[in-house]
Amino acid sequence: MVSMDMFHELFESLNALQNAPTYHLLFEAGLIAWLMWLLFRPSYNPHDRERLTRREEQELIDEWTPEPLVPATPQDSRALHPRIVSGKVGKYIQIGERNCLNLGTNNYLGMIENPEIEKSALECLSHYGVGSCGPRGFYGTTEVHLDLEDKLAEYMKCEEAVVYSYGFSTIASAIPAYAKRSDVIFVDEMVNFAIQKGLDASRSQINYFKHNDMEDLERLLMEQADLDRKNPKKAKRTRRFLVAEGIYMNTGLMAPLPKLLELREKYKLRFFLDEAISFGTIGKTGHGLTEHFNIDPSEIDMISGSLENSIGSIGGFCVGSHFIIEHQRLSGLGYCFSASAPPLLMAAAITALDIMQRDPSIFQTLRDNSTFIHSQLSSQLPSDLRVHGHPESVIKHIRLANPSGDKVADEQLLNEIVDKCEEAGLALTTAAYLSDREVNLPEPSIRVTVNALLSKNEIEFAVKTLKNCAESVFKIQL
Amino acid sequence: MALDKTEYSMSAAEKMSNGAVGRNKNGVRVDRLDGHVHQNGSVKKEKRRPFIESFEKIPLLTAATTFIGFHLILLMGYITSIIFTPKVAREKNRKGYVPLYDRFESFYSRYVYRRLRDCWNIPICSCPGSEVTLKDRVTHDCGWTFEYTGTRSTALNLGSYNYLGFAQAEGSCSEDSAVKIKELGCATASPRIEFGTQKIHQELEALTAKFVGMEDAITFGMGFATNALNLPSIVSKGCLVVSDEKNHASLILGLRLSGATIDVFKHNNMESLRQVLHSAVIKGQPRSHRPWKKILIVVEGVYSMEGSIVRLPEILELKRQYKAYLYVDEAHSIGAIGRNGRGVVDYFGVDPKEVDILMGTYTKSFGSAGGYIAGSKAFIDHMRVNSHANCYATSMSSSCAQQIISSMKIIMGMDGTNEGKKRINQLARNSRYFRRRLNQMGIITIGNNDSPVVPMMVYMHSKIASVVRRLKTNNIAVVGVGFPATPLMEGRIRFCLSAAHTKEQLDNALVHVEEAADFLGLRYSRKRRSKEPVHYSDSESEVE
Repeated sequence: MVSMDMFHELFESLNALQNAPTYHLLFEAGLIAWLMWLLFRPSYNPHDRERLTRREEQELIDEWTPEPLVPATPQDSRALHPRIVSGKVGKYIQIGERNCLNLGTNNYLGMIENPEIEKSALECLSHYGVGSCGPRGFYGTTEVHLDLEDKLAEYMKCEEAVVYSYGFSTIASAIPAYAKRSDVIFVDEMVNFAIQKGLDASRSQINYFKHNDMEDLERLLMEQADLDRKNPKKAKRTRRFLVAEGIYMNTGLMAPLPKLLELREKYKLRFFLDEAISFGTIGKTGHGLTEHFNIDPSEIDMISGSLENSIGSIGGFCVGSHFIIEHQRLSGLGYCFSASAPPLLMAAAITALDIMQRDPSIFQTLRDNSTFIHSQLSSQLPSDLRVHGHPESVIKHIRLANPSGDKVADEQLLNEIVDKCEEAGLALTTAAYLSDREVNLPEPSIRVTVNALLSKNEIEFAVKTLKNCAESVFKIQL
Repeated sequence: MALDKTEYSMSAAEKMSNGAVGRNKNGVRVDRLDGHVHQNGSVKKEKRRPFIESFEKIPLLTAATTFIGFHLILLMGYITSIIFTPKVAREKNRKGYVPLYDRFESFYSRYVYRRLRDCWNIPICSCPGSEVTLKDRVTHDCGWTFEYTGTRSTALNLGSYNYLGFAQAEGSCSEDSAVKIKELGCATASPRIEFGTQKIHQELEALTAKFVGMEDAITFGMGFATNALNLPSIVSKGCLVVSDEKNHASLILGLRLSGATIDVFKHNNMESLRQVLHSAVIKGQPRSHRPWKKILIVVEGVYSMEGSIVRLPEILELKRQYKAYLYVDEAHSIGAIGRNGRGVVDYFGVDPKEVDILMGTYTKSFGSAGGYIAGSKAFIDHMRVNSHANCYATSMSSSCAQQIISSMKIIMGMDGTNEGKKRINQLARNSRYFRRRLNQMGIITIGNNDSPVVPMMVYMHSKIASVVRRLKTNNIAVVGVGFPATPLMEGRIRFCLSAAHTKEQLDNALVHVEEAADFLGLRYSRKRRSKEPVHYSDSESEVE
């Protein structure tokens, strides 16, 4: 019945439409059109008024003055006037006219001047030329690279090794190969700059613990564990890493490996250890921290090292299980996207490794020298200076006992001592840092590096010279 | 995804109005990018070869089969991983830890990449010259492990970046290097700023500055690190970096470390660059709308995966218009292009000083290792003080430095011969001849006609491996590139030409490439092919 009614009404109104006068129809059509316009007109957009005209845009472009590309550089900066060394940078170095005993470079085992290494580098050069002309993936892997990787893995008692062409890029590439944005990294606050860059590149959350302070680390770990309990779903995806150095470049101290490993196990962390300094210097036969503490290397997920210090070549490496290391061959940026290292430098590294294996007594000499110089420095230095570092460490930092708080002034003071030493025939250097880039800028220091070639007399000479120069500088100061 | 990109290059070519567009068919652009007014007002009116860059569109059917093929490989991988116990290296002693790797990532490397693994990382046992000795290896378990057979085979080397043929074990360069090793040792065990600066480093920097035409230069021991460790000293938070989408990983890493905001423009697309710059200057920083501190355009000279050459004159124009700074990475262009081998500025006849920062590497054209940054004295002074690499990383090996000095002197003609010029011309001839011949076969190559990098498009994942393997059995070593290094559907084979290649060697390679193209169906191009034979000497006349 309802439908009948509706049909009827429709018929009626159509009828009325037919009978209506034309002006009426036109008027209604107009009304409908107006309604439509109101409904569908473009909505009012307040941003329209903000849209700039072409002229206004051009004005903005004209008005904008960018900062200069770089700020002006003070011309007296030490970096602009580096010491020029002639000849090999060996046990003694020639700076200008002066021949100085060298306690400033990282030539711990004296490999730089080793004739055997030189011979193998030259042999390799005559076979391969200098450059490798390609990344490892694209015909840049030579037999020499493979040999070195095998030898390093064997030496470090690990399944696999991967070699990089630059020491700095080794750990800086290795960390971001594993740690990603959603991960957490626990790291010592005094780690070296290369590690800091690796952490930056990973974009993970970084938790710094106080230098070598295991309680502080545990406190942070417990905080994280609390967070994990609150959000177990997220915790299931968050990888946790622990990063430390064997011997810290910036302090000369040794990492408390057993305690770190204990925490690693307790909190299920993946542990990366950078042995740039400790590899080839610490341990009875130079195998690094694991040997020193008598720990199985497989307890550490990845160990990285440098070929630029004790080995006396250029490059770096990471060792660990096949499961871990293989990943870097596809994901280590500095490995995949860089040309491989020149074969002759790899050949030099192989020979250096051979020498280290053949004659482990060199490590005893090095250790003796390190402890001797440490005791000498501790007892002989004027009271204004203090030596920092582990007695067995090849790196010692000599800092002001009472820093003034002005790092620039303190560094200048130390540089004066360094310059005086150079005049007296001893090459030393203050540790160079980019002060505005370091996460935790170390106090200025003179970085003394020890090598195995030094005789007792030479060490005594060095300490005496340093003492005399320091005293004379401090006297002027007073 | 890949389709969009190729379409873009078509439409972008149509849209572009800068430069006189001569011909525009099938994605090919012919422009005349002229050297422009120099600072002193004189106009360099050289007759320039046309700037021909081509990005031919992928045929629809190929796109479809590539897409299906890739997913078929994935599917097969999943099935394999279920049915057969994988011989995967497992983690020991790490129970209850969060898995170290993404699931897809490890799946991809185990079940997709592993099947083609034999195509990469092939060890060599000789200098990577025009020919290279490969160490033979076999796999008995589908790529899980390899075994060396103990034999070696010699192959024509179309894979190494040996543009000017300085990868030589004998000759004056390596002899000079040997002398320096005896004199200065292999390394210094110290950064430049401490005791790592020897006279040879200063000599190298002065020569490099002279070669690229800048006031000063600073050098580093690794090319990758030159970008990654120096960009953070140039830009910082509050700066905008406008970066080409195809820029190298080292540039991207360096920019990421710098903390600057990064905006990407489409590959070599000037309209896209203009839009990004325009809106950046007008809108300022996001949210706060403060003006940017500075804007840096980062591009490469020759793109190593695309074979394209940067449109430098147009970029310089935009740079002036929007007051931006310009950083050109010449890793693949220094030595490799330009009348005098001095990179893109030389190629376009532009004053180098118009570019703010010229970066380059020594790995490719000089047969050594390392990298440099060149610019004004004030800029380089800033780098010496603030560069990460200068302060913390070991200085360059004397052997590498000497190799560069010797080869650079040859390129510059300072050795009193025209050896350098000969090599530059030979490379230019080889590049053009090889690309032309490939095009005539109906193979799609992308990039610029003058670029020594010649990417041959094969699209399909499996074809990358087939071509590499097939050519390897014919004693030709080439590089295949696929996902994830390129977009999913843009698998390619990359030929890198060298001045050390002779016409006979190239002809031999072309015969085998043609066979492979027939066997695998690589003649994708739908451009009209000229029937006229390509003469080697044609390219010769163009060089002069």
